[in-house]
Amino acid sequence: MDGDRIRGGRLDQCGYAVAFSDAHPALTPTQARVEAERCYYCYDAPCIEACPTGIDIPGFIARIADGNLRGSAETILRSNIFGGSCARVCPTEILCEQACVRTAQENKPVVIGALQRHATDWQMRTGSQPFRRAPTTGRRVAVVGAGPAGLACAHRLAMHGHEVVVFEAKAKGGGLNEYGIAAYKLPDEFAQRELEFILGVGGIEVRHGQKLGEQVTLAALRAEYDAVFLGVGQGAVRALSLPAAGASAAGDAASLAGVLDAVDFIRALRQAEDKATVPVGDRVVVIGGGNTAVDAAMQAKRLGAAEVTIAYRRGPEHMSATGFEQDWARTSNIRIRYWSVPIALHGADGTVTGIEFETAGGARELEPADMVLKAVGQLFDPEPFGEILAISGGRIAVDSEGRTSLPMVYAGGDCTAGNDLTVVAVAEGRDAAEAIHRALTNAPATLPADATTAAPRPVRGMEKMANG
Amino acid sequence: MADLRCDVGGIRAPNPFWLASAPPTDKEYNVRRALEAGWGGVVWKTLGEDPPVVNVSSRYGAVSHNGQRMAGFNNIELITDRPLATNIAEIKRIKRDFPDRAIVVSLMVPCVEESWRAILPIVEDTGCDGIELNFGCPHGMSERNMGSAVGQVPEYVEMVTRWCKQNTRMPVIVKLTPNITNILHPARAAWKGGADAVSLINTIQSVVAVDLDAMTPLPSVDGQGTHGGYCGPAVKPIALRMLGDIARDPTMRGLPISGMGGVSSWRDAAEFIAMGASGVQVCTAAMHHGFRIVSEMIDGLNNWMDAKGYADIASFRGLANRNYVQWGDLNLNFHTIAHIDQDLCISCGKCHVACEDTSHQSIAKLPGRRYEVIDEECVGCNLCAHVCPVDDCITMVPQPATQERMVWRQHPNHPENAAVVAPEAAI
Repeated sequence: MDGDRIRGGRLDQCGYAVAFSDAHPALTPTQARVEAERCYYCYDAPCIEACPTGIDIPGFIARIADGNLRGSAETILRSNIFGGSCARVCPTEILCEQACVRTAQENKPVVIGALQRHATDWQMRTGSQPFRRAPTTGRRVAVVGAGPAGLACAHRLAMHGHEVVVFEAKAKGGGLNEYGIAAYKLPDEFAQRELEFILGVGGIEVRHGQKLGEQVTLAALRAEYDAVFLGVGQGAVRALSLPAAGASAAGDAASLAGVLDAVDFIRALRQAEDKATVPVGDRVVVIGGGNTAVDAAMQAKRLGAAEVTIAYRRGPEHMSATGFEQDWARTSNIRIRYWSVPIALHGADGTVTGIEFETAGGARELEPADMVLKAVGQLFDPEPFGEILAISGGRIAVDSEGRTSLPMVYAGGDCTAGNDLTVVAVAEGRDAAEAIHRALTNAPATLPADATTAAPRPVRGMEKMANG
Repeated sequence: MADLRCDVGGIRAPNPFWLASAPPTDKEYNVRRALEAGWGGVVWKTLGEDPPVVNVSSRYGAVSHNGQRMAGFNNIELITDRPLATNIAEIKRIKRDFPDRAIVVSLMVPCVEESWRAILPIVEDTGCDGIELNFGCPHGMSERNMGSAVGQVPEYVEMVTRWCKQNTRMPVIVKLTPNITNILHPARAAWKGGADAVSLINTIQSVVAVDLDAMTPLPSVDGQGTHGGYCGPAVKPIALRMLGDIARDPTMRGLPISGMGGVSSWRDAAEFIAMGASGVQVCTAAMHHGFRIVSEMIDGLNNWMDAKGYADIASFRGLANRNYVQWGDLNLNFHTIAHIDQDLCISCGKCHVACEDTSHQSIAKLPGRRYEVIDEECVGCNLCAHVCPVDDCITMVPQPATQERMVWRQHPNHPENAAVVAPEAAI
């Protein structure tokens, strides 16, 4: 075995810094203004409909063009408190920017995501809170999971004046923003800074090391709180059992060194303070066709792997990674092999040496590899819920209000059906909060009109206009 | 290749693009660069009596609109701040070196005949092709009873024009201020005074913007601002209107016009000429982009004229002015209706909301973001076609005439016609 084939320290510190810096740097104020002025300010804008959180996109863009960044950020955050991370991780090319009428007109949409970042960055820089809480209601809600769904729910509940306790299994909040998104999409501890901003509204307590089914049970939460929201995400990964073949065929292929789940690889990478400590192979093969596969491949490449290949069982049109992500991978020197069904892992001395595929024509091909990352999908783990909660399609069953089969228990995000996108999780958490609020108070569904902090401030955020 | 030569009141130039009297024509260095770049002529920045005026810092303000810098432009600069003799010597050299170009000298001296009598021979001695009387400057000089202070009083315009005509052999162009209720009055005064041509518009009194941090009108001079003269693309419609009014006035038939006010391209120039100008003057566009823009202007005008079959400037001069009429002469029985090309439509909905909110509720929103004109409701106002961001997506389709042409005087609602109807209606 050549242990050196999987190792860290492939780059110098400068190399790591470049590789894991912001993949898409922020717009300059001039770029933002020019781009904002491209927006047609459509009536019944298709981009709004395409946004799962329904942000008033023409409205926030017009405010950027106006030099009213404070109003722009508030417009975004009113609909989506994770506006900052969504600006960075949303697949805008299949959401708002695909719907942008300029895509139809000239195949060049307004860069809505980058503009959203421009506005929300202003909010983060000021360190101020755009919203204030309604008077305390005395109601208490438990939220399980401090990911985008749980925190969006917690924030909206807190704004309505409820007290929220968030139970989080991991040491840090943020969910996949902290543990699952590619590092270069959310650099500079953005997930933690955004978390701090969200909690800044007040009325939300986060308790870490609280795993449902272990430190805390659903029954206990139901007994203690007026309502419960489950935003536990997907704790399991889909199994990919492959037989071992080759020189050391004996034994379990899964135990071969160098075979990892992509989510574990990414989590370790995200949590590594020094990226040089993260080992990566010379030749890495990623199995899968989703954004996790692309994220894993891109990061393997950025760690210094010589050859990175994504192997997908079907064709490019079937990949759940967007065209943009596929192109980005290709232009990052990552090979994508389609119509490659994994058949067997090859190993020697307990270490993986390659993976065998069956190609479209039925031929067998051996792809040499000293690291194989499995990214064939994540699964909801119903284990902690026993038989008390209705499951549908392998996930928690909810109605249009986010209600589960249990009274006053709501759920949203990746643990329920629907697109596994941050922005969808945020929408579901927010909407469940509104439903919980209605159920607790019989109150109207919308935010109180005075929820925005009304106190006048000095000139921050009102950018000097063109005549200045 | 069309013949681009122009003649404005006897002043000839190889092309109709002149630089207006302004900072670009302040001194020999700039003017030489301009003429080398191909400008057909220059109107030298206004000369006055010694000692020269003093200018302030800063001097310009601008309006940016939706990414368009200097869509409107304003200045608080005065006339030349250099000694008369310096300017005269430079003009003489320029005319000697560029004999084929129109070298016109702008003048502004106090409103007494002696002052004009004194400066005219000095200017004439340069060999320049003509003079332009600056009756338009709306700031600084007007407070000294010059510039637009003269231009706003038709009697003064006529008087000074006559003094000049009596004291020089040079052609006299009278530059008119738009800061007046009716442009025809000073124009007719100039005509009566013997002007060889008028030029218009000078700048419009304006405060271009307010600095909301400093609470200062702009441009700011040590924390204070004053009104200035507005120009640039934003003023072109005002200029076209005033120019058109003069060109169609029967009492001034044959008065040559040098048009200016926001001319930025060959197309603008062609529009000014079609409305009756013999040539144009340019300033803001040159200050924005430099002198080389004249090559695009010459090339564009030439190609357009060739395509249209216009052999020379006179061939299309005033052609649009014939169709520039009073509102009361418009045909009330003409009808045009908007048409949306569904293949080009990008579903932005701007036509719908504009019509729904602010016009005649004649564009329906159908499922799938399809927008369709309700022909029966459409009054043919053009608003949808203007707001549509897609070229040629919304067109206005003239409808076949179903009734005879009818103007307001003939309409039953006209007060004179209504008088006949009224008693019956009252029963």
